[in-house]
Amino acid sequence: MSEIVLKDLRHSYVPAPKDDADWALKQVDVRWSDGGAYALLGPSGCGKTTLLNIISGLLTPTEGQVFFGTRDVTHEPPEQRNIAQVFQFPVVYDTMTVYDNLAFPLRNRGVPAADVDAQVRQIAEMLDLEDGLFKRAAGLTADGKQKISLGRGLVRSDVNVIMFDEPLTVIDPHLKWQLRSKLKELHHEVGSTMIYVTHDQTEALTFADQVVVMYEGTVVQIGTPVELFERPKHTFVGHFIGSPGMNVLPCQLEGGVPQVGGQPVPLGNGPVEAPAGARLELGVRPEFVTFADEGLPVQVVKVSDAGRHSIVETRLAGNRVMLLVREGESLPSESARLSFDPAHTQVYADGWMIA
Amino acid sequence: MIAKTTNQKAWFFVLPVVLLVAFNAIIPLMTVVNYSVQETFGDNVFFWEGVGWFEQVLHSERFHDALLRQLAFSFIILAIEVPLGIAIALAMPRKGPWVSVCLVLMALPLLIPWNVVGAMWNIFALPDIGLLGKAINGLGIDYNFTRQPIAAWFTTVLMDVWHWTSLVVLLCYAGLCSIPDAYYQAAKIDGARGWAIFRYIQLPKLKRVLTIAILLRFMDSFMIYTEPFVLTGGGPGNATTFLSIDLVKIALGQFDLGPAAAMSLIYFLIVLLLCWIFYTLMMRGEEQ
Repeated sequence: MSEIVLKDLRHSYVPAPKDDADWALKQVDVRWSDGGAYALLGPSGCGKTTLLNIISGLLTPTEGQVFFGTRDVTHEPPEQRNIAQVFQFPVVYDTMTVYDNLAFPLRNRGVPAADVDAQVRQIAEMLDLEDGLFKRAAGLTADGKQKISLGRGLVRSDVNVIMFDEPLTVIDPHLKWQLRSKLKELHHEVGSTMIYVTHDQTEALTFADQVVVMYEGTVVQIGTPVELFERPKHTFVGHFIGSPGMNVLPCQLEGGVPQVGGQPVPLGNGPVEAPAGARLELGVRPEFVTFADEGLPVQVVKVSDAGRHSIVETRLAGNRVMLLVREGESLPSESARLSFDPAHTQVYADGWMIA
Repeated sequence: MIAKTTNQKAWFFVLPVVLLVAFNAIIPLMTVVNYSVQETFGDNVFFWEGVGWFEQVLHSERFHDALLRQLAFSFIILAIEVPLGIAIALAMPRKGPWVSVCLVLMALPLLIPWNVVGAMWNIFALPDIGLLGKAINGLGIDYNFTRQPIAAWFTTVLMDVWHWTSLVVLLCYAGLCSIPDAYYQAAKIDGARGWAIFRYIQLPKLKRVLTIAILLRFMDSFMIYTEPFVLTGGGPGNATTFLSIDLVKIALGQFDLGPAAAMSLIYFLIVLLLCWIFYTLMMRGEEQ
């Protein structure tokens, strides 16, 4: 068990990378503490799996180093790194029983039979695999097989890190919920560092203490679910997390105050200074937008009912602005005015938050 | 309940297939059945013989010997070709320019007509002018496949291995290529190495293609005729007279239609039985 440090990591699948697009991982520099639960969140193709495979040793990075504690493991193969990984699709050794499947990683490392038995039974109990422990694994359903894969990942008690690569993709929704809670529980019991890769924000936010959001081969923000929600450091984080995502509106600065469609928008933290020539945008989450008597003039375009609240789509100087209105509150019909919560309104330059 | 509409006209659509199968399988088979229970002295005059020919064939030492040789031959070539085929398939590259080179090289022996294979090996193995025969004799080993039964067997088996191992290789290679990468990655992380990967991942995943490969190789080798006929003609003596060679000798050489027909039916039933046993054994435990 140890801290994981990724230093100046870059990776390309092209033999001689030239321009930016050749890099699957552009620049990753992170430090993950021992025993944490981390989620790697991002859309397909953003480099999550590449990063995971570099940590597990299935890939050697083109540039940069991987440290487990103070040990440089960059060029060590997976079996020497003492890690566990669970894949997107269940991997089950068909000819073995459930028990033998779970015991396989231990037996390969020459663990004494008595210890193998104790650990396998403990994991089987945690994952509710005790019934049919001595049946052939081949006959199980997809979620049963994935439980075995999870079990093989969790069965070794001394691993540096356990990595999950979208492990619940093939699982039915109601079981997904169960297994996810189970994993969270196991994290408390086992106490190993866990890294969970997913493109599903709910999965990431419910599982992890810290979420690492990736976009086009870079880490755009690392933070708690609340930080990601309230202070997205990049417009991508704003879009990607939350439903509906953050409103992003092009704006100008006049005397340090952002203007949208010629109207000033008050900010919580003082006058803004932007680098010259940068593309400026204003970001505010639908949760922090309200109808008001005074403020930005908008046209109401569409109202959709989402149960406890309505999602209202409005148009502000040609830009779409979404807001959430609680059930029962009155809705203006056509023209209305909006106010943004100054404490939760951010300004972005070229995508990155400046205020 | 919905009443099913019955339309007897559907039979017309099946008719062409029924006719085709009748003419190329059922009618010839029935002719054989017909011969197997009758005796003829020519002139298209037949006498009822009952199961007499069957009794005669089943009790004949000649048939026993040929059957034994046949089983031994099939067993030997399976024991060589299956492990060798798997080994070659494992050694073949999965990616890169060498894949197509390997595949073409592997497919080459399969494309050569059987009688040509026999003729090639006949010349290749001749002790005085053949490359192989001369080389073996040059090593100081007395080798002459036209005179020594062991040399004849050795040459026949070697020829079959050369000709047909490729089939096992290609099937296994296809099977190996279809194993998802995640299995190998999981195995690496689980700390499995060489033999464990083969035993617990590759071999189980190859089960189906191996079943097919073994069945095909068994049936082909059990019916082998052309290659040993061209190579050794069943000799020296009867050393390489396999069932089908013996059958042709009886049917066309001696023109004993009755015994030959009885023998082919017995032969057919043995093949059917062995295939069924193989298949059941290999698929056991599959349905659960």
